[in-house]
Amino acid sequence: MGTRIQNLANNFTTAGIVKAAAINNASVSGITSIPAGVGGALTLLSTQTASASASIDFTSGIDSTYDSYVFKFINMHPELDGGYFYVNFSTDGGSNYNVTKTTTTFKARHSEDDVTDVLQYVSGGDLTQETGNQPIALDGVGNASDESVSGYLHLFNPSSSTYVKHFIINSNADIGNANCVTSFVAGYCNTTSPINAVRFIQQSGNLDDGIIKMYGVS
Amino acid sequence: MGSIIQNAANNIGANGVFSSSALNNASLSGITALPSGVGGKLKLISTQTASGSASIEFTSGIDSTYDVYQFNFINIHPSIDNVDLTINFSTDGGSNYNVTKTSTFFWSYHDEADTTAQLGYASSNDLAQGTGNQPISSNPGFDNDQATSGYLHLFNPSSTTYVKHFISTSNSTEPADYSVNSFSAGYGNTTSAINAVRFSFESGNIDAGTIKMYGISA
Repeated sequence: MGTRIQNLANNFTTAGIVKAAAINNASVSGITSIPAGVGGALTLLSTQTASASASIDFTSGIDSTYDSYVFKFINMHPELDGGYFYVNFSTDGGSNYNVTKTTTTFKARHSEDDVTDVLQYVSGGDLTQETGNQPIALDGVGNASDESVSGYLHLFNPSSSTYVKHFIINSNADIGNANCVTSFVAGYCNTTSPINAVRFIQQSGNLDDGIIKMYGVS
Repeated sequence: MGSIIQNAANNIGANGVFSSSALNNASLSGITALPSGVGGKLKLISTQTASGSASIEFTSGIDSTYDVYQFNFINIHPSIDNVDLTINFSTDGGSNYNVTKTSTFFWSYHDEADTTAQLGYASSNDLAQGTGNQPISSNPGFDNDQATSGYLHLFNPSSTTYVKHFISTSNSTEPADYSVNSFSAGYGNTTSAINAVRFSFESGNIDAGTIKMYGISA
């Protein structure tokens, strides 16, 4: 007891302030929350890792807590060669992914042999008041061991019951015939119902690998 | 008193270090700031909400603290149909928004009737050493569910050496039910520090919407 008191005293400054060394948890691992406005504005809400997954669905955490959400998809690798990587949205918690969308799509493409470089609108990738899946990468993604697609999706104010729901997507993919494809996709979910679930899925086959992280932006 | 000492001693290791159970504040509610480098890299600095506002101006917080600033604009709704959302910059704290700018503007658009789908440069929306407002989002409509959302990055506004680069991406619902993905970028052609940013429509008010300013730490 006396030794502890002496050691404790050694952990105070002469002004009576507790020294940092007196606290045994420099990583503050016991802290479960911090006040609003402290720390970063980008909060990681959920991470999902594909492993022969038919789809990756985010069915919780999309609500009025944040007025925009960012999804980062990293090295999404398809089971089958040449299929499109898609996104869709739900207003019923993921029971149905069929929100009406109007979108725009364009891409820049450059081949590894430097034969092709092009910037073009992709009319086959956009949606016109359609409920189907929206291509994220505007060419089919290769399934060679080093091929995948990465990028991010920004979804604005999904819980609004007033406005349509804008989204902006930027991605890069290496496609099967040795091309780099940078895709720009944007549009809106033409509904005033809150969006509360988001699905990522391949055109056919599974997502064999890849990570998708969902962040709330405060 | 004796029991308090005894209980306190139980929360101290033999080396005089407090155990984690001795700390009673798992939410850190008393903390108002974290040291540089701790927490996320995206720091919310200011939030402004429009309500019949002629403009939204950020006249404080833009300085050398951060070398990149990000503005997220969410469901910005005009009082007048079919007007561009614009930005301008100030080097005198907001007294004058008239920084000389040279910029580019291109867009991708597609309507709900599928009559037009196009990618093109919009020469009417760029500036060539102009001091006027720079469009960042093309012509949102003022129907109840129409608005524009997007983001703007402003690089190193406090530099006294370089011109000030900016890049903006947005999506709008136009009056004739077009989805318009706008890309605006350029530079404030000044070596004076930019210390204020103004958002406004080319005419009328900003009836609703939120704009958030973030600092991005290195």
